[in-house]
Amino acid sequence: MVSKPHGGRLVNRVAKGRRREALLEEAKELHSIEVTKNTASDIHNIAYGAYSPLQGFLLREDYEHVLYDMRLSDDTPWTIPIVLDVRKDEIQGVKEGDDVALTHEGQILAVMKVEEIYEWDKKEFARHVFKTEDPNHPGVARTYARKELLIGGPIDLLNPLKHPFDRYALTPLETRVLFKEKGWRTIVAFQTRNVPHLGHEYVQKAALTFVDGLLIHPLVGWKKPGDFKDEVIVAAYEALIKHYYPKDSVVFSVLWMQMRYAGPREAIHHAIVRKNFGCTHFIVGRDHAGVGNYYGPYEAWDLFNEFPDLGITPLFIRESFYCKKCGGMVNAKICPHSDEFRVRISGTKLRKMIRNKEKPPEYMMRPEVAEVVLSFDNPFVT
Amino acid sequence: MGEETVSIEISKELYEKVKKYIEENGGFSSVREFVEFVINEVLSTEEEAGTGYTKEEEEKVKERLRSLGYL
Repeated sequence: MVSKPHGGRLVNRVAKGRRREALLEEAKELHSIEVTKNTASDIHNIAYGAYSPLQGFLLREDYEHVLYDMRLSDDTPWTIPIVLDVRKDEIQGVKEGDDVALTHEGQILAVMKVEEIYEWDKKEFARHVFKTEDPNHPGVARTYARKELLIGGPIDLLNPLKHPFDRYALTPLETRVLFKEKGWRTIVAFQTRNVPHLGHEYVQKAALTFVDGLLIHPLVGWKKPGDFKDEVIVAAYEALIKHYYPKDSVVFSVLWMQMRYAGPREAIHHAIVRKNFGCTHFIVGRDHAGVGNYYGPYEAWDLFNEFPDLGITPLFIRESFYCKKCGGMVNAKICPHSDEFRVRISGTKLRKMIRNKEKPPEYMMRPEVAEVVLSFDNPFVT
Repeated sequence: MGEETVSIEISKELYEKVKKYIEENGGFSSVREFVEFVINEVLSTEEEAGTGYTKEEEEKVKERLRSLGYL
């Protein structure tokens, strides 16, 4: 049986039919607030149930519980506050209890009942979520750039935006039906923001050996400069799956969600979201959702131990490397040989080679994947 | 051709309550629409108990999955 949605029930806040028409008509008369693309993706993830049990943006009580205890006020595990920030002048005249229209690029996207308007301390947010107040941390910098007030309350999505990768955009309901049709009872999810190298392939296949199916689920959305562009990640995985994966045990889909680089907390968040997509297992690798040296390489593993009630099983898989003596990809737990035989796949080295238009060696990256990545003029976010 | 309908009686008091709710909260254009919505919600909840989605939803999803090549 696939995982039950987090909180027990898959949230659906996508208005349809006559109700949608009535809400749309009303929305035209409402005070409107323009939201960013990242907030738009949060709205979609709430509406389609990827953020179940959230029905909208957090109210203060839940916000504080998440910030300090990593749980919602009803004790459900939740580690990243999903909040909507606004400027005072943007909500002039709006009071608690009012409905507002949320627009993106001037078009009505959703309606929201503003149940609470409250202040937040961005430094405190940064300290708890990112474990640092350092503005050089990309997540912290973006937090500091957000607006001074938060508004919380349930939303109803009225006009879903065209997904940047519609071909691969499956909702939690769709993956659940898909898994059922395939007869999968155990599904492992792999979260990524990178093009695949042999280390990733090793980890995915090691996990797949023990379950019915693998969901490769890269994030598309905001990423920091220097990371791979979404279209490059998608094209690289298309090549890898075509040449090296059995079709009947892998599903490739994308998740429209920004990277936050919140390390251990974000690892838990990534797992919860994949649980909502029906996955039963979640791969947690080295420095999951980390950046720079802000988090220990296996710090996320420890945090998972604080959530025995998460409802999705983390699979802790060590960093893999090529061992000349073993003659293949292995990890420190299964390889007895010393460092002189071990060739590590460094992401930094790999990016440098690609930037210089050099083809990475085959022990690092499949040639078909390398070819695709090198076919892009600039495969990196600028 | 319009959908066939039947009439159901509810107490005047309940009717007025719903009407007042719609006036205050919006989201529905009539008491009838509100009642149909609530009934559908309750029925969906029952149907969802085993799987998390209704048969009708499942068929629509399968259609999309087929069109995308997942099935």
